[in-house]
Amino acid sequence: MTTEILIWLIPLPPLLAFFLILLFTRRNHALSHTLGVGAAFLSWLLGMIVFLAAIGVEHLGEQPFTSSVGWLPLGSDVFSVGVLIDPLSAVTLFFVAWTVLMIFIYSIGYHNFGQPKGEHDVPGLPPHGANQHGHGVPSVEPMYARFFAFIALFAFGMFTLVVSDNLLTLFVGWEIMGLCSYLLIGFWYAKPSARAAAIKAFITTRVGDVFMLLGIVALYAATGTLNFRQILYSPELLQQLASTPSVIAGLSAAGLIGLLLFIGAVGKSAQWPLHVWLPDAMEGPTPVSAMIHAATMVSAGVYMVLRMFPLLSAGWEHGAPLNTTMTVMAFIGAFTALFAATIALTQKDIKRVLAYSTISQLGYMIAALGIGAYVAAAFHLVTHAFFKALLFLGSGSVIHGMEHGVLHTGEHIDPQDMFNMGGLRNRMPITFWTFLIGGLSLSGFPLITAGFWSKDEILADAFGNGHLLVFITLAVAALLTAFYTMRQITLTFLGAPRTQAAEHASESVRTMTAPLLVLAVFAIGAGWVGIPEHFPGLGGLLPGWFHEFVGGTLVANPEAVAFSIEPLLVSVGVALGGLTLGWLVYRKAAEADPLRKPLGAIYGLLENKYYFDELYDSLFVQPAKRLAEGFSYMFLDRQVIDGALHRVAQAGLSLGSIFRNYFDAPVVNGFGDLTGSLTQSFGRLLRKVQTGQVQQYLLFVALLAFGGLFYYLLSVLQ
Amino acid sequence: MIPLSWYLYLSAGLFGLGLYAVLARKNAIAILMGVELMLNAVNINIVAFWRYLTPQNMSGQAFAVMVFAVAAAEVAVGLALVISVYRRRKTVDASEINLMKW
Amino acid sequence: MTAEQGVFLFISFVILFSAYAMVTRSNLVHAALFLVVTLFGVAVVFVLLDAGFLAVVQVLVYIGAIAILMIFAVMLTQDNAAKEQESLNTNYGWALLLSALFAFALIVMLGQWQDAGAIAPALGAERDTVVELGAALVSPAGYVIPFEVASVLLLAALIGALVVARPQKKGM
Repeated sequence: MTTEILIWLIPLPPLLAFFLILLFTRRNHALSHTLGVGAAFLSWLLGMIVFLAAIGVEHLGEQPFTSSVGWLPLGSDVFSVGVLIDPLSAVTLFFVAWTVLMIFIYSIGYHNFGQPKGEHDVPGLPPHGANQHGHGVPSVEPMYARFFAFIALFAFGMFTLVVSDNLLTLFVGWEIMGLCSYLLIGFWYAKPSARAAAIKAFITTRVGDVFMLLGIVALYAATGTLNFRQILYSPELLQQLASTPSVIAGLSAAGLIGLLLFIGAVGKSAQWPLHVWLPDAMEGPTPVSAMIHAATMVSAGVYMVLRMFPLLSAGWEHGAPLNTTMTVMAFIGAFTALFAATIALTQKDIKRVLAYSTISQLGYMIAALGIGAYVAAAFHLVTHAFFKALLFLGSGSVIHGMEHGVLHTGEHIDPQDMFNMGGLRNRMPITFWTFLIGGLSLSGFPLITAGFWSKDEILADAFGNGHLLVFITLAVAALLTAFYTMRQITLTFLGAPRTQAAEHASESVRTMTAPLLVLAVFAIGAGWVGIPEHFPGLGGLLPGWFHEFVGGTLVANPEAVAFSIEPLLVSVGVALGGLTLGWLVYRKAAEADPLRKPLGAIYGLLENKYYFDELYDSLFVQPAKRLAEGFSYMFLDRQVIDGALHRVAQAGLSLGSIFRNYFDAPVVNGFGDLTGSLTQSFGRLLRKVQTGQVQQYLLFVALLAFGGLFYYLLSVLQ
Repeated sequence: MIPLSWYLYLSAGLFGLGLYAVLARKNAIAILMGVELMLNAVNINIVAFWRYLTPQNMSGQAFAVMVFAVAAAEVAVGLALVISVYRRRKTVDASEINLMKW
Repeated sequence: MTAEQGVFLFISFVILFSAYAMVTRSNLVHAALFLVVTLFGVAVVFVLLDAGFLAVVQVLVYIGAIAILMIFAVMLTQDNAAKEQESLNTNYGWALLLSALFAFALIVMLGQWQDAGAIAPALGAERDTVVELGAALVSPAGYVIPFEVASVLLLAALIGALVVARPQKKGM
């Protein structure tokens, strides 16, 4: 089999698993997860084969693996869809395949496979324990198979997006993931908060998707094609798009299209101002949070921007001032990075911290792209996927351990609140060490973690190209990142248990801890493939393979930024400083957050997410509700449409009555009645002949009998 | 010496009178008397025709005998009926015996 | 005018007059008596027509039986309250017209007939019409069947009249 055929096959196993699970194996938990994990494994296997084949090709950027079929005949030519594996999609495929497989395996343990069914468990609500031998134990998720079906469909969407060679199938995968995001956030559909969060996610990303679709349409109208190779690898076309002005002053056609597509990424990757859905999306089960909101779906937004980078940066050259679209991107990315980091400082829920952390890190990637640091952004995308997935799965393990403790002790506390945890280091060692590795990677702990290398490269790029504002913003955000990460680790694992449940927490099952270990390996090692060549000391030890490989995606292979010590020092400083500060502040924290008093009113502002949800609610949601209720429903629907119906009915009724009263009754009935009454009056008239008097009858008889005689008489008399 | 026509005129006039009595008299018995008149007129006619046209054949007189018999029978039954009706309805007025109507 | 014709004229005048009187009298007994006179007149006409037997039968049967029966019936059905009633009914105009017309038509029609003015042929001196009548009435080649049927008819009429005129008894 050629590599191209394998690429076509990559998205298929999860799709098959989706249908098979939904149609046939709903009742059987073991069969469902076997199908799911088997499909993920198959896709992983195919992905790895393709990846290994890809890295073996010299100059893959110039001769990527492609294959397409003519799909939609349009007039004289045909719209083709197909697959494309160039360096960017190869590395994306790598981390997507690994994280998806790990999350599938994790889900088996997370949903308590093998545990008894809870007596009070209903489908639609999270399971809350069964009674075994007198005390509570975790119970199996009632909608177990459904979960695997949905994440299988989700995996299909992501794989489709990664391997596609044109914007249309990318968008198809994009939307499938949006659907699955909705289905999975609202997985526990009986919870009103979950339902609301699902709708919020869908609608918010929908806002972004509309603009993206406009961008796709504009691109097709301007160029007549949506194929990546045809648009992005033809400098003449890009030049032409960059020079034609668009309807908005100051933006070229390329800029406008790029901006529209970027707005799609803003929605999908939860950048400000469309960030509001991601924290609420934590309502879904933790594997969902890990997959969708760390490793894959939000990464899809960044992937799309990476993919369309030549279009977004059309007209810009390395070293020149940024064009409008890139400026917007840099601003939004940097702003979001700092904004989300500040909110993460005050969150109590273990998953919320990670959600805001994701938003912040995606901001890093967008900012990197905004300043033209293509390879750095791609690098951070890959490393972030690994350590963020690790952190989310670790948090899921922590929550499971806390729930075990809650069931054991019967306490009524929120198992996700970090202020109820503490001292879990001893109770859940594997979770602790892997979470620590992930946290250090997120903070950018020097040298040994993957996050350090990718974050450092972004900072270096910002500093080296003179984007100082971006540099300072990202550095401050890095400090805060390290701070809140250590806060999280300290509150959760270190110190003494704050509640009974935390004392009785236990380590999770092997299907949950094994993926943690695998991801931890990547969280450490994934960075080493991207050590810049000019790095002091380690520079030449390992080949800076990543830069060469991914940089080859672009037509003009970007130069690595020259090494300078300042950004490195800053990077190390903020990482270590933030970690130390976090440990110091929180190691003795009890019930209340120690930061609450010093920050005062600011703390409340941060804790309430700058009141953005309330702002959007009053700006958009309430007016929409009023419009729907007052205008669309009461007026349009009830009065106009129903009114028209009523009027038609009344017209019909009155027409019918007119017909009845003026035609049917008098004329038709009248005719019948007339016939009857005429007959009757005629008969009444005629009956007078029958008098019963014999002599009268005789008179008639005689008259008729002698008629002939009288006729003769008459004729004689003539 | 007497032409046949004289007898025929006589019988025609008698018949007409009898017909008038049948059609115009109120009393049922008077109607029956009228019937007798008509029968007599017929008899005169038959016998006149016998005498003037076929005197050698006695059928004319035989026919007249039959008419006598029939007239007698008819009067007997008719009067019996009139008497029966009188008993029921206490009237012999033909115009009041009018149940055979609508 | 021969004596025969004069007798005929006279007797026809008697007949027509008494017939007219019978028809117009409201007193039924008078009417019945006038009927008797008419019947007598007819008997005389029979004699003029050389049907003497018939004349006698006429007197015996019609006057002696039928007219008497009528008078009995009149007496049995006399309404004591109303003595002098209207003799004619409401249709008498039409009846008058019809009967006059009829008589007139008959007279006209018979007048047109060519043999109407025939004279009576000679009868033959030795003929005994009574014997011949009797023979005709009982001979099988003659009119015995009508004769017998007539007698059955008379029997039926007899029984019928008895049954019809019987007073209604309870349980009949």
